Amino acid sequence: MSFEQWFYTLPLRWRQWCRGKQVDQELRDELRDHLEHQIQVNLEKGMSMEDARHEASRALGGVTQIEQQCRDARGHSFIENAIQDLRYGFRQLFRSPGFSILTILCLTLGIGANAAVFSWVEGILFRPYPAVAHQEQLLALGGTARGVPGGEPTSWPDFLDLQRNCTLCDAVFVTKITGTTLSIGDHAEVATGSIVSANYFDAIGVHPILGRGFEPGEDVGSNSHPLVVISYDLWQKRFKGDPQIVGKMQRLNNFPHTIIGVMPEGFYGTFVGWAMNFWVPASMEETFESGGYKLEDRGARWIEGYVRLKPGVSRAQAQDEVSAIGTRLEANYPATNRGRNLKLWPLWQTPFNNAHTLLPTLQIMTAVVAFVLLIACANVGNLLLVRSFARRHEMSVRMAIGANGRRLLKQLLTEGLILAAFGAAGGLLLAYWCRHALALLFPRRSGTMMYLPGQIDWHVMLLSAGICVLATLVLGLVPAFQARGIDLAGALKAESSNVTMARRRAWMRSGLVVFQVCLSFILLAGAVLLLESLQKIRTASPGFSTSRVVETGVSLVAAGYDAQRSKTFQDELMERVRALPGVESAAYARVTPLGYGSFSSTPIAVDGYQPAPDEQPSIDYNEVGPAYFATLGIPLALGREFTRADDENAPLVAIVNRTMQARYWGGQDPIGRRLQVKGKWAVVVGVAADSKYESMREDPKPFFYVPLLQEFVRGPRLNVRTTEPLQSISAGLLREVHALDANLALYETITLQEQVDRSTSPQLVAVTLVSILAGLALLLAAIGLYGVMSYAVAQSMRELGLRIALGASSADLLRLVISRGLRLTAGGVFLGAVAGLVLTRLLGKLLYNVSPYDPRAFGAALAVMTITTLAACFFPGWRATRADPARVLRD
Amino acid sequence: MSKPSDLVQGTLDMLILKILALEPHNGWAISQRLQQISSDVLGVSDGSLYPALHKLERRGWITAQWKSSGNNRRAKFYSLTRLGRKQLEKETANWNRISTAISGIVKLKEA
Repeated sequence: MSFEQWFYTLPLRWRQWCRGKQVDQELRDELRDHLEHQIQVNLEKGMSMEDARHEASRALGGVTQIEQQCRDARGHSFIENAIQDLRYGFRQLFRSPGFSILTILCLTLGIGANAAVFSWVEGILFRPYPAVAHQEQLLALGGTARGVPGGEPTSWPDFLDLQRNCTLCDAVFVTKITGTTLSIGDHAEVATGSIVSANYFDAIGVHPILGRGFEPGEDVGSNSHPLVVISYDLWQKRFKGDPQIVGKMQRLNNFPHTIIGVMPEGFYGTFVGWAMNFWVPASMEETFESGGYKLEDRGARWIEGYVRLKPGVSRAQAQDEVSAIGTRLEANYPATNRGRNLKLWPLWQTPFNNAHTLLPTLQIMTAVVAFVLLIACANVGNLLLVRSFARRHEMSVRMAIGANGRRLLKQLLTEGLILAAFGAAGGLLLAYWCRHALALLFPRRSGTMMYLPGQIDWHVMLLSAGICVLATLVLGLVPAFQARGIDLAGALKAESSNVTMARRRAWMRSGLVVFQVCLSFILLAGAVLLLESLQKIRTASPGFSTSRVVETGVSLVAAGYDAQRSKTFQDELMERVRALPGVESAAYARVTPLGYGSFSSTPIAVDGYQPAPDEQPSIDYNEVGPAYFATLGIPLALGREFTRADDENAPLVAIVNRTMQARYWGGQDPIGRRLQVKGKWAVVVGVAADSKYESMREDPKPFFYVPLLQEFVRGPRLNVRTTEPLQSISAGLLREVHALDANLALYETITLQEQVDRSTSPQLVAVTLVSILAGLALLLAAIGLYGVMSYAVAQSMRELGLRIALGASSADLLRLVISRGLRLTAGGVFLGAVAGLVLTRLLGKLLYNVSPYDPRAFGAALAVMTITTLAACFFPGWRATRADPARVLRD
Repeated sequence: MSKPSDLVQGTLDMLILKILALEPHNGWAISQRLQQISSDVLGVSDGSLYPALHKLERRGWITAQWKSSGNNRRAKFYSLTRLGRKQLEKETANWNRISTAISGIVKLKEA
């Protein structure tokens, strides 16, 4: 079309589009004008008025048809057609609101569940740090130890060597989660923060909105740079947005820090699971980490970090270089690095934050929501089939008056698009509401909540749009497929004449229900398996008593106690605690098993044990006080507990566990043998039973204990075995702590069972999510089943009436309908069981001591499915018994 | 009856353009003129006139305006656009070429 043509026709199109009514009216006026002229001429010829009028309209050839032809001649643009289709589509949907609402609801649930899970996957696994530039270049950095699966922390000297020698990375940086109790004014609150290398903010490309970040060299030295950068949230909430904040002092762990910067809003650090509120340079490490000054200790592994790849460098290339550096370090520093290397992980596999713990759950969830979407689609398909039957007449009429197949298809697709778009919009809204819901499923930990935001970005939008398009195709093509088979004459003649069509449709509908039942059954079986696992993991014994032991801690480090003061305080508190009513025993330990803290780890040597040439045994251990084993109820197989006599002046001693005894002493009695810990020899005085240390899922592993008094820590955990309920013991503890020093805070007091429960919370989250979605799937399947059965009953009223007339009782009819429903369910359950045997294996890591083929889980799923079927079929069955033989036979 | 099957495709368009080339007309006047010119030979029904008018308008060859048509009535008056005039020239030339060729063939004496 030339420009000139546009010039003439654009106003025309514009008018036609915006003022269609007026344009139509003008057309009518124009034709009336013609008719009137013609009538005038005819009258002048001497015709009667009636003849004149009749003759005039005959000559023109039918005003309505001409109008239509003129409209066609003017042409319909794509937009005009689309708008017409849209308008018509909306009218259709309003005409059957029940169908529309149900369809949109099914799609909303289906798409919403998908969008929510995708937003979690995006926000937790793939793009967890929205404020950070080019996240796709980031890789998690950690260490590996030969023979130990998964990731390990690495040491500061190793990090420095990597930073110096890595040519394929733009930046190598450290961030290690830590925490403190932040007292501002008279209000104390727990705050999470990070110990970072000085290049941290530059490396992630996020810069303070006030003040500055860290400068090179500020991460060097021991407590040499007491600086802190705070988060926007902390600045707003705790410092009331003070514009003069930069340069002010804030005590952190009783060490005055200068606030040098405030980070921008929406930046929560780089740790999946918790929002960071402050950042301190690595030079302040010993103020926040236990275990003393570690920046020059290659054996002290505490570092977590990331690398930023140079553009165009692949992970494999970077890994090759990093491994080569690691190998070199191993050769240069065998004493600390034998059997160790460095490793890079994609962000979604980050071993040191919650990406790692949530990965299996989210993987399963992705499959589960796909199932839910399929079930929802099957429901919608069913609804469409019913409706396409109802609309068969309309379709036939439209084809009879000349709508071609393409036009009809376009109309049907438009209707599908409207439904799918509403479903997608509802789904995204649902996902938006649910984006923070994941954190709610985790138990709160000492008053702070996990931070696991979903991320609804264009990836999620695109995925939802993709689902929407797919749904549109299904929604449009199912009825179009139905319409294709329409036999015009037959369809126009009568509604119920086409028996073959009806039968084919019944087959399709039944097929869809079987499909739904099959999917729901798999989900149910999966949910039951997870539930069983949860129950097993929660009731399994971790190797120590959980019910009558509580654990807590005192903020000695935060309050700035030095070692001597701390030692005195610990002694005094222990005496008071032992005197509390109901207390059977009490003991300190640096870390409580299955708790949040991580154990110390050290390379060891054992007298008489010759390690393999490339083996550098390195084992986790715990620093525990006297009566620790009695308090936690860990049985001693051999030897004795630590006592008050095992102090800094006594010979060094250690207690090993059974696995360690078996591995390093070949199961022989190790009492009196020597064990080298941190380069010093200690004598083994006892063998303790194995227990769980970091996770309920771990296999038995070598572990040992050293006396707290010989490796002193300022802020140990306090374990108390008591007969008193939690409330009263925690009140008692608080009273005693305050009696000694009113300024000290007592951390949250919990039972060890609570501790175990918290450590298994990913299991709980998986169970909760899968159960919710399995319930949803079951509901959708029940709706599908109900729909099919009601429809079948409505269709066979004549048959049912006949049966009644021939003497069938109500019970017979009910049995008839329900047995039909059960047949469908049986088919679905059979297919589901077959598929489930393959699919439940995918639950893999989430299962705990439960076989993926557990017959009890499948049995329970079968029972639930059967009950649901009975419920879904009962009402249609009841309606069948109400069939009035006289009426249905007459009709 | 609405589609003049015996009318060469495009002829009606050319006739309308030709009529409007002289002066603007309303639909009724065009139909009268068509009948006069073609002396009812072409048998253009009024039914096919209006869709043709709307098509031409849509192509930008003619443009319409509502004007008074004497005796106090408003009618839609069509007039030729520059584009329409060009189109008319093209079609006339085309027509002349074809009709000359055809009449040449028709006039051939059988040998």
